Amino acid sequence: MLRDTGYKPGEDRFMKIAIASGKGGTGKTTLSVNIAQALDSPVVLLDCDVEEPNSRLFLDPKLIGEEVVNTLIPKVDPDKCNGCGACGRFCQFNAIVTFGTKPLVFSEMCHGCGGCARLCPQGAITEVENRIGLISEFSSGNIRLFQGCIDVGVAMAPPLIRALKQKIPEDGLVILDAPPGTTCPVVATLGEVDYVVLVTEPTPFGLNDLTLAVDMVRELGLPFGVIVNRVGVGDDRVQRYCERENISVLLEIPNDRAVAEAYSRGESIVESVPGYKELFAGIMDSIMADYKGGHK
Amino acid sequence: MKELVVISGKGGTGKTSVTASFAVLAESAIVADCDVDAADLHLVLEPEEVKREEFYSGKLASIDNDACSGCGLCAEYCRFEAIKETPQGRYVIDPNNCEGCGVCVQFCPSQAIRFENRLCGEWMLSKTRRGDMAHAKLGVAAENSGKLVSTVRKNAQKLATENGVSLIIIDGPPGIGCPVIASLTGASKVLVVTEPTVSGAHDMKRVLKLARHFEISAAVCVNKWDLNADMTAAIEQTAQELGATLAGRVRYDTSVTKAQIQRKAVVETESPAAEDIRILWKNIVADI
Repeated sequence: MLRDTGYKPGEDRFMKIAIASGKGGTGKTTLSVNIAQALDSPVVLLDCDVEEPNSRLFLDPKLIGEEVVNTLIPKVDPDKCNGCGACGRFCQFNAIVTFGTKPLVFSEMCHGCGGCARLCPQGAITEVENRIGLISEFSSGNIRLFQGCIDVGVAMAPPLIRALKQKIPEDGLVILDAPPGTTCPVVATLGEVDYVVLVTEPTPFGLNDLTLAVDMVRELGLPFGVIVNRVGVGDDRVQRYCERENISVLLEIPNDRAVAEAYSRGESIVESVPGYKELFAGIMDSIMADYKGGHK
Repeated sequence: MKELVVISGKGGTGKTSVTASFAVLAESAIVADCDVDAADLHLVLEPEEVKREEFYSGKLASIDNDACSGCGLCAEYCRFEAIKETPQGRYVIDPNNCEGCGVCVQFCPSQAIRFENRLCGEWMLSKTRRGDMAHAKLGVAAENSGKLVSTVRKNAQKLATENGVSLIIIDGPPGIGCPVIASLTGASKVLVVTEPTVSGAHDMKRVLKLARHFEISAAVCVNKWDLNADMTAAIEQTAQELGATLAGRVRYDTSVTKAQIQRKAVVETESPAAEDIRILWKNIVADI
């Protein structure tokens, strides 16, 4: 069942909104999924938390297709290699190492820069595909979901996130469910988005991690607003911080055991808890108002 | 020397609250906060810094505008979308995307690209009311969190050796990627703190597979277990199927957040959750 939220994608031809947070477990996925479900128009949802993608669990969507994502790693032709060691001296990541002999490749350390293959004087290095994960496309009502999922044991998420972001269409509304934290996977997710929603909790941990996330989005020069989730569990330190820092609080979501229980079962909040569809539908208006008001 | 790593896969399941309580319950232990990009343990343990050092790791490329001929080869070769053309027909490196591989430096025909050590954050050694602590702060939007995690672990190991302490308790990051791998490789035991939700169940599976991949024995604790008792039972069964032991359950208890606000570990207050964590600790100690 689709609802009219008053948000018309035609007004803003193209809008990419990332839902992020420093602290994990503050409600990024819940917000991403429920904002998307509360819309009356087509929306693309990108699950960029490729280490632990969860959006799919709340949508029960239909699988459309899957695509393996590879990075390129070096492969040494032992017949051509003369053991000069130039590759090992060049590699910043110790992913190709020479002990005065033919080089050894450590694929899990390799960033896939291609430098060793490019510089090998003997032309002994080619690049071969090395699987790091999977992108799956799903469909559920008005939502097209693209999920990135990194293989267990693979350390580097950014190449998979960059591949996932290639799925962003030319037009329309895109919501990106970001990973927690403030480091490279988040930075890879936030590149070239139009607006960031930072979700936090009104607790000391929530505030500490929010300040780190705010430093990050300011460093990246992105417009952003804050949603305070589970209001009532802690105190008002997050709201006071936002007021002091002149940060827009887009929404305060009350702490509600009914929401926690629906989430626990993998249910959509807008569909299973009375009163919440209006709340989530209003978020898009708050985002648009803040985006237009403060940042254009 | 034993290293116990508290991780979760999913964020926000209670890793730090559990770790802080363990630090208080342990007779003698070094505590290491390896969640270097969203560290919170210091908010409870209130460390007094003894030492602080800048952490340099990897390299960062930057283009000398005067020497740049504008040929664009760097942007063509860069695989990380880190080099952009300016309106003046020159090129500029976005430090947020630069991975420090050195390809642009190597191949620039004008040798116009500098390659400098990169400041990624800082690490600290501290005293707390419950023993010594190794921790760190990653720079804003910085790279190399895995290397900083490794540094924090080495610092903790050094503190343990110097003080004759035989246990290190590590507060790990969420996820299963590079900082998590750096937190758990070679550790004695992993404790996965999860919650009875579909996300908690899903993420626990992946993090247990990671522990198994690195051949580290794992135990599981379901936090807020009474929010969904059926889900808790299902999670515990899955955990055992994946080779983990069950270390305990912690009730949903609003005093956990209250303790955090008072800058106390949960076990420093009297509450049902504190009782549960004491039992959890006993089981872990017996098993490590």
